[in-house]
Amino acid sequence: MKKKLTTVMFRGTKAQEEQLIAVIEKYRDTEGAMMPVLQEAQEIYGYLPIEVQKIIAQRMDVSLEEVYGVASFYSQFSLNPKGEVAIAVCLGTACYVKGAGDIIDRISLKLGGLAAGDTSPDGKYSLEATRCIGACGLAPVLTVNGEVYGRLVKEDVDGILDKYM
Amino acid sequence: MIRSHVLLCGGTGCTSSGSGKIQAALEAELKAKGLEEEVKIVVTGCFGLCAVGPIMIVYPEGTFYSMVQESDVAEIVEEHLLKGRPVERLIYAEHHDAIEEKVTSLADTTFYKKQKRVALRNCGYINPEVIDEYIAMDGYQALGKVLTEMTPDDVIKCILDSGLRGRGGGGFPTGRKWMFAQAQPQGKKYVVCNADEGDPGAFMDRSILEGDPHAVLEAMAIAGYAIGADEGYIYVRAEYPIAIHRLEVAIAQAREYGLLGKDIFGTGFNFDIQLRFGAGAFVCGEETALLTSIEGNRGEPRPRPPFPAVKGLFGKPTIINNVETYANITQIILNGPEWFASMGTEKSKGTKVFALGGKITNTGLVEIPMGTTLREVVEEIGGGIPNGKKFKAAQTGGPSGGCIPESLYDTPIDYDSLIAIGSMMGSGGLIVMDEDTCMVDIARFFLDFTVDESCGKCTPCRVGTRRLLEILDKIIAGNGTLEDIDKLEELCYYIKSASLCGLGQTAPNPVLSTLKYFRHEYEAHVVDKKCPAGVCKDLLSYIVIEDKCKGCTACARVCPVGAISGAVKQPHVIDTAKCIKCGACIEKCKFNAIVKQ
Repeated sequence: MKKKLTTVMFRGTKAQEEQLIAVIEKYRDTEGAMMPVLQEAQEIYGYLPIEVQKIIAQRMDVSLEEVYGVASFYSQFSLNPKGEVAIAVCLGTACYVKGAGDIIDRISLKLGGLAAGDTSPDGKYSLEATRCIGACGLAPVLTVNGEVYGRLVKEDVDGILDKYM
Repeated sequence: MIRSHVLLCGGTGCTSSGSGKIQAALEAELKAKGLEEEVKIVVTGCFGLCAVGPIMIVYPEGTFYSMVQESDVAEIVEEHLLKGRPVERLIYAEHHDAIEEKVTSLADTTFYKKQKRVALRNCGYINPEVIDEYIAMDGYQALGKVLTEMTPDDVIKCILDSGLRGRGGGGFPTGRKWMFAQAQPQGKKYVVCNADEGDPGAFMDRSILEGDPHAVLEAMAIAGYAIGADEGYIYVRAEYPIAIHRLEVAIAQAREYGLLGKDIFGTGFNFDIQLRFGAGAFVCGEETALLTSIEGNRGEPRPRPPFPAVKGLFGKPTIINNVETYANITQIILNGPEWFASMGTEKSKGTKVFALGGKITNTGLVEIPMGTTLREVVEEIGGGIPNGKKFKAAQTGGPSGGCIPESLYDTPIDYDSLIAIGSMMGSGGLIVMDEDTCMVDIARFFLDFTVDESCGKCTPCRVGTRRLLEILDKIIAGNGTLEDIDKLEELCYYIKSASLCGLGQTAPNPVLSTLKYFRHEYEAHVVDKKCPAGVCKDLLSYIVIEDKCKGCTACARVCPVGAISGAVKQPHVIDTAKCIKCGACIEKCKFNAIVKQ
């Protein structure tokens, strides 16, 4: 999957770095520790900027290329920070045949043409087209900061977004 | 004394529609009425009928409430739990020939009547976070029987005789997989559970993990005994937080009860299980890619042979089975292989779980005996197509599968029949499409997915799928030619025969099956430059019917790009060059004066 690199400045703190080092130490003797380390690192920072990948490479004694290779391979790992209002529209098959495409178009329009996979320059909104979140019974579905909205028609979009604007 | 049990669905579907809030409201309301000692709330796994969630069932009556809202809770407590009068308006109703019939109990619904629940037997019945409830349903009896009465050879023979085939997609006989791993020299071996359910629109495995996690743990221990392994891994999608939580709880409880860990049942058999989280890569559903991912690398597949049974995780003999496959194991051990083999068809034994989705009334989870026809599943269990629309196709097997047209509606669902008509069983996603679905657009949707998910290791898949997508884009944009359709077909065969792993080998299936059964739709896009289903935006234009337009200006005001002009009380005009085809004007027009064609 193609991944966009971020232009947002890294604002990691000393405390976060200490947390990360503790995570790496915890997995010191685990076989195949790269994935769990990256997963927990993303929980600490919210995303995986190159600065964080460098710390992981150095501490785990592997090349940065190897860390980046894994981080860029899996869609769950984000190299881009999420917006304050993180919108995710499910584009699983069940949602797609029920019109999720129109919903994402409507949101994009409402957010000034923000494309799926992007974060607005002010860091306020991010729009993501996700794989199936498993709520196919409620298709089509979107989530805003984890809150699930289901059985949508595209006219619902404005009302939902207004709550977060 | 407990006189009433309230079962509340805590699966992902119902949680998304608010069952958590209902649980909190119910707890508060019971407390306020002083009923905590008399009424017990049981949060269960998925009942299956996700379409009408959140679902609540009150026992001993078995009253089936659907689409319960937080605001209904007080009434349910006051009327039903206190006064014993079920709340009629919330009881699930079925519509037969426009007559509404209330169905009081879950088992009486047409949705459940034709089902046979083996893998889903405990989902929606027990609280998955309490091991005692699983044990009360004969849980861990099969493991006890295996460890104390059977040899590893007996276990493998039992699974072989049952005819069980892998439920993850390929349909390889499970017993044979186990036999190969057992035949390897003694030493470190692994048992792996594939819970990386990547097919978008499928949620069978998740529902089993959420509703009955111990069934999987127990079966993995049985597999460990059969092949001589003492360690297991469950590779589960990180996107399934509820399933992960329940697995963590289940593993901890099983360890506490001595059902995982050292010296299980005092027999000297050791087995323990670790969780590994997938990070959203479809290719990791392929067994060798999954193993590479557990080892901490990019999830790229490896050529086979050597098969994982010989050289798998960390280079050791490994068996990998899917969640649903494991969920059948304990029942085969307890009821015997003959019982299992008595269900299904000659070459496909037992039952299969499907996630029904798309344009179907009863979206949700169903388990049917193999050999049930597609028509029975869609029309009877699924309740048909909503809004009076017509069935067009059903898609099985996700991005690896194909579309089944109405002419094959009576195909029995089993491994071999589906392959024969150009689709596949897959892991069990079943998406129904009606006349408003464009088949070229659907093929493009799946290709877009596979291009994104192709790991890039082998050229036929990495480059070939991208070329397929480009041709489809061209057709959808109205620039395709008849030669493009031929080229598309030819390329499909190259990709199928030359790709390294299952992802590439099956990626062209959505294109091939739609070409086979819906070639006329492709031709309409190419020759007539029309999308018959009215989906492909580049082939549509919005126009105002002059006679019907009253000049109310509503459309011009709602148009986000200012493409509509006209004086008040005069017919308006849409500037097709400016129009972005968002459809806002059609929704706004009260006079049906705007059409897309």
